[in-house]
Amino acid sequence: MSTITRRDLGRLVLAGGAFVSPAALGQGANPIRIGYAMSLSGGLAANGRSSLLAHKIWQEDVNARGGILGRPVELVFYDDQTNPGTVPALYTKLIDVDRVDIVVSPYATVMIAPSMPVIMQRRMTYVSLFGAGVNEAFKYDRYFSMNVAGDDIKGTYGRGFLDVAFTLPTPPRTVSILAVDNEFAQKAAESVRHLGRQRGLRVVYDRSYPPTTVDFAPTIRAIAATRPDVVFFASYPPDSNGLLRAISEQRMTAPILGGGMIGPQIAAVQQQMGPILNNLVNWDVYSPEPTMRFPGIEAFQEKYRARAHAEQVDPLGNYLQPFAYAQMQVVEQALGRVGRIDQAALAADMRANEFKTVVGDIRFSALGEWAEERNLFVQFQGIRDGDLEKYKRPGAKVILHPANLKSGTLRTPYGAPA
Amino acid sequence: MDPQLSLLLNGIVSGLLLGGLYAAAAAGLAISFGMLDIVNIAHPALMVMGAFVVVAIGTALGLDPLLVALLVAPLFYLVGIGIYGFYHHFFERRGEEALQGLAFFFGVIFIVEVGLVMAFGPEQRFLDPPYAFITWRLGEVDLPLRMLVPAALAVTVVGLLILWLRRSFTGLAIAAVAQDADALRLMAVDPVKIKRLAFGISIALAGMAGGALVVVQPVEPSSGQIFIGRVFAIVIMGGMASLPGMVTAALLFGVVENVTATFYGPSWSPAVAFGWLLLVLAFRPQGLFGRAA
Repeated sequence: MSTITRRDLGRLVLAGGAFVSPAALGQGANPIRIGYAMSLSGGLAANGRSSLLAHKIWQEDVNARGGILGRPVELVFYDDQTNPGTVPALYTKLIDVDRVDIVVSPYATVMIAPSMPVIMQRRMTYVSLFGAGVNEAFKYDRYFSMNVAGDDIKGTYGRGFLDVAFTLPTPPRTVSILAVDNEFAQKAAESVRHLGRQRGLRVVYDRSYPPTTVDFAPTIRAIAATRPDVVFFASYPPDSNGLLRAISEQRMTAPILGGGMIGPQIAAVQQQMGPILNNLVNWDVYSPEPTMRFPGIEAFQEKYRARAHAEQVDPLGNYLQPFAYAQMQVVEQALGRVGRIDQAALAADMRANEFKTVVGDIRFSALGEWAEERNLFVQFQGIRDGDLEKYKRPGAKVILHPANLKSGTLRTPYGAPA
Repeated sequence: MDPQLSLLLNGIVSGLLLGGLYAAAAAGLAISFGMLDIVNIAHPALMVMGAFVVVAIGTALGLDPLLVALLVAPLFYLVGIGIYGFYHHFFERRGEEALQGLAFFFGVIFIVEVGLVMAFGPEQRFLDPPYAFITWRLGEVDLPLRMLVPAALAVTVVGLLILWLRRSFTGLAIAAVAQDADALRLMAVDPVKIKRLAFGISIALAGMAGGALVVVQPVEPSSGQIFIGRVFAIVIMGGMASLPGMVTAALLFGVVENVTATFYGPSWSPAVAFGWLLLVLAFRPQGLFGRAA
């Protein structure tokens, strides 16, 4: 009769604690192990889980090609529960106990920032996902960001939105700004405030709101009372839904309305809001327009959409999912060029080279952000219902900015029927 | 109408409607926390669970969310009976309900949230009845039915509950159980049975509040977290065991939040609303409708 020793028990606990993908377990020995925390429960779980699906698709793709450096890839990931407090311990465990070869980041700034001290102490090369300006403070030379925002959020984020606003037949004179109390939204609002003043826009409403706000009716009424030409929101779901519902209920209209609302990029919001989104001009990262048909994106989305329903994640995969796939492509290409797991060499490769990904060709700046920012501003056009099929095709979310990806022209005002 | 007056009127009316939602969310807690002294911090999480069940059933059967909320209330009553049975057996019976009971309800929050993610996925869920896109206009005052109908349902349900608590023997026993359980025993009433029943009702109310919530806004598994502070503040401000006090406090809370948001910006709303709570407690420590010890 066999007995379980304390050591066996410890191994069992470790095995139970880490989610190791079954596909990887079927691979040969000595896999390349990529470790990370991800929000699989809590407030960021919707994006966390869909990012994980993108990672799994990448893993399957790369293993089907024979792995990296002849070794299969294994993903080792833990649920950070959308709790930043769990992140340092998880990365310590990944690096010191699990001894993963590569680490990548969890989703979003609020979860990436607490991982940085651990990553920096161990001198790991680190590719993050949708972190905004995380490395401004740390200035870590092995940090690389998969995010379109670029180095200078204040100087560039709002540029596209205002560029679009200034294509109106009557140039705008006033702007209202409402932003949720979090780091990214406040940076976005600061950018519009800063760039708006440079262009002579008068700020007629400038407030923040706490993320616990339930009813946006009074705020929208106060904004409408100032009659702004340009209405800028920096919001997160479900606040974006609340704002848009209040706007619709009060029949508020403006020549340009939208800005940096997180939510309208997500299928559930598109489905619920339906025609309320029509003519909204909003920040985005991807739209299936002809100008963004990067190699591999359609194949990735086909695989993603086939599995999204079963995995209970965003059914479209038009938001951060391709970027999660691209995050791993950066690791793959750097490893392929360097030819060994050497953190310093990987970082040097990432700094020096261009990466061909499903979200386009990218280079990193000295701070590790995209060398060229690519904040998209799209407009929802011809939206009459919440059917999601239209978002798989060009035309529903046309790109107004930047010029090299532009796929349509501005329709105005917001509030006009489709 | 003067624009400032219009803003004020709309702020008050929208605040009353918001207060209706808060009353729905806090009604069950007024029983469990206010009357039974059970610090059920999982109440908002159970409300969100109600919202998910309402969305699932309402979507499958094509029914109105508020109607579904009424239909699923008995199911949530049974859930409440089960939770109380566990709580009583492991904590209350041993006199360990203060700290360990609180930890237990923390655990319930995690189980509910993770359970919802496992069962429904982490995405937002919604179920919009047709009237959710209609806004009545009385002069310059807007009455969005998205807010009005859930508020009306909440006030009606709480009104009926107040009548039942005041007119029925069981209702009076519920009101009495937190004050003097031994006196109830002398009247041949089992206080544990009464508390189990009352806790079941409180969770049934959480389920119904979930239906109201999903009409107002989409829900995700962690949506309950934003209500925890508010619902406890409302129950305390209302006077703990007083349902009329709870409704008054909820409406006041909504009005203070929305009028503040209108004139001073939404970032001041929580500070001013919770400042009101402190002010009320400073002058009436027993709450608005509570009785001094």
